[in-house]
Amino acid sequence: MSDTLEPIAPGLWTDIAEPQLIGGQRPDGEIVFPMPEGDAAEGLEPVTLSRTGTLWSWTRQDFRPKSPPYEGPEEFEPFLLGYVELPGEVIVETRIVDATLEELKLGMPMELAIVPFDDRRSTFAFRPEKSA
Amino acid sequence: MRDVYIIGAGIHPFGRTEGRSGRDQGVFAVRQALADTGLDWADIECAYGGSSAAGSADIMVNELGLTGLPFINVANGCATGGSALAAARNAVAAGEYDIALAVGFDKHERGAFNAKPKEWGLPGWYGQTGMMLTTQFFALKLQRYMQLHGISRETLGRVAEKSFRNGEKTDHAWRRSPIDLETILHAPVVNDPLTKYMFCSPAEGGVALIVASEKKVRALGADAVKIASIAVRTRPPGSFEVFAPSISVERGGAPTTLASQGAFETAGIGPEDIDVAQLQDTESGAEIMHMAENGFCADGEQEAWLAEGRTEIDGVLPVNTDGGCIACGEPIGASGLRQVYENVVQLCGRGGERQVPNMPKTAYSHVYGAPGLSAVAILER
Repeated sequence: MSDTLEPIAPGLWTDIAEPQLIGGQRPDGEIVFPMPEGDAAEGLEPVTLSRTGTLWSWTRQDFRPKSPPYEGPEEFEPFLLGYVELPGEVIVETRIVDATLEELKLGMPMELAIVPFDDRRSTFAFRPEKSA
Repeated sequence: MRDVYIIGAGIHPFGRTEGRSGRDQGVFAVRQALADTGLDWADIECAYGGSSAAGSADIMVNELGLTGLPFINVANGCATGGSALAAARNAVAAGEYDIALAVGFDKHERGAFNAKPKEWGLPGWYGQTGMMLTTQFFALKLQRYMQLHGISRETLGRVAEKSFRNGEKTDHAWRRSPIDLETILHAPVVNDPLTKYMFCSPAEGGVALIVASEKKVRALGADAVKIASIAVRTRPPGSFEVFAPSISVERGGAPTTLASQGAFETAGIGPEDIDVAQLQDTESGAEIMHMAENGFCADGEQEAWLAEGRTEIDGVLPVNTDGGCIACGEPIGASGLRQVYENVVQLCGRGGERQVPNMPKTAYSHVYGAPGLSAVAILER
């Protein structure tokens, strides 16, 4: 399904079968996400990030954020979000899917997924890693 | 640098005041502070002030008087009030002026603050996907802290319960009815683990403080409280702040820790010497985490502190004696100065029902603002 959706913004992830988020690496090695644009990109190199990491923190959004800027469906469903630590790289803020609040635990393994945002666009998210 | 004293304090009640603009609430507070000192507006030599949503502070001269004084507008997020006081104090400490004003006011729309990505140097998708909310940041910072340091939901509830209890005794507070622990814990969740009664709300209000040199204090015979130190700091590398699509894996310090250490160093005292503290409590977890970031306890000790009532008005370290942001609401421009106002009230023994016993000698205030800056002021009597 996500194949037919356009990304919510260009340059957030690589458009391949196993997509990766794209960060920016500073000359000192520090990585930021997303890759900055314009003058802020000066001196930074785009770098693809690990598809897996561990849960750093989380919460659930229980009320519909104001629009603008929020562009989610009018019919609001609470959603999970949090920070996932990509080891040795960066800690990214992300939606969390395929989980309930009660299942989330500090340090649990997570993997990247590209998921529908609305009927037209996709966004990135992380979900608990399926045990092999 | 010369010593600087607070000689006058005024406040417009916080909450909702229909028919009175934010700036008018600031003017109200200035007039009250002037009355407190017996000074006229024409005696004020310079002024620093700001609001986030209620216009430029310098327009107050239209109501207060066109004396030609230098009036600098301050905009430092939730730390606007603390920053205005720092600037007023510095102007007097440097010897350029003998009497200065710090003022802050605000009037916000109802509902959560609604930041626009572009104004914060962030990409549009960050707001479009619903990840740019201050309430989320507080919940995310707190969730991890609770897991790492064993803080229970009950302790979050205890903080809010104390806030409403203290607010009941505070004439400038907005929420003036106690709410019991069970109601707080079982209220609708805003962002897990925080319920609606654990959050402060955007509000209205105004606060004005008049500061003066020692020479002027003597000449006026004023009742004065000394500003022992004041420190404003922005975020260091590796800190975790509001509106962060990513954070560094190299964990670093926090602006609050830097401001606190700076203020204690200048004052020449430590956390154990503080008699009463007003700590930024945008939600009840913030008060808990700020107890540690400001050096008053170790991470995790808050569980025992709250259970044993150590931050109650009659405890070893009373925290947010006027009910803090949770009971007073948060008018961004005025909030940091409200804390200092409350400390002046406490040090002067004018707290009435909420007065900290045994005449406190030292008082501490801390405000934290987006996108990661803190202001700390230590007062001495």
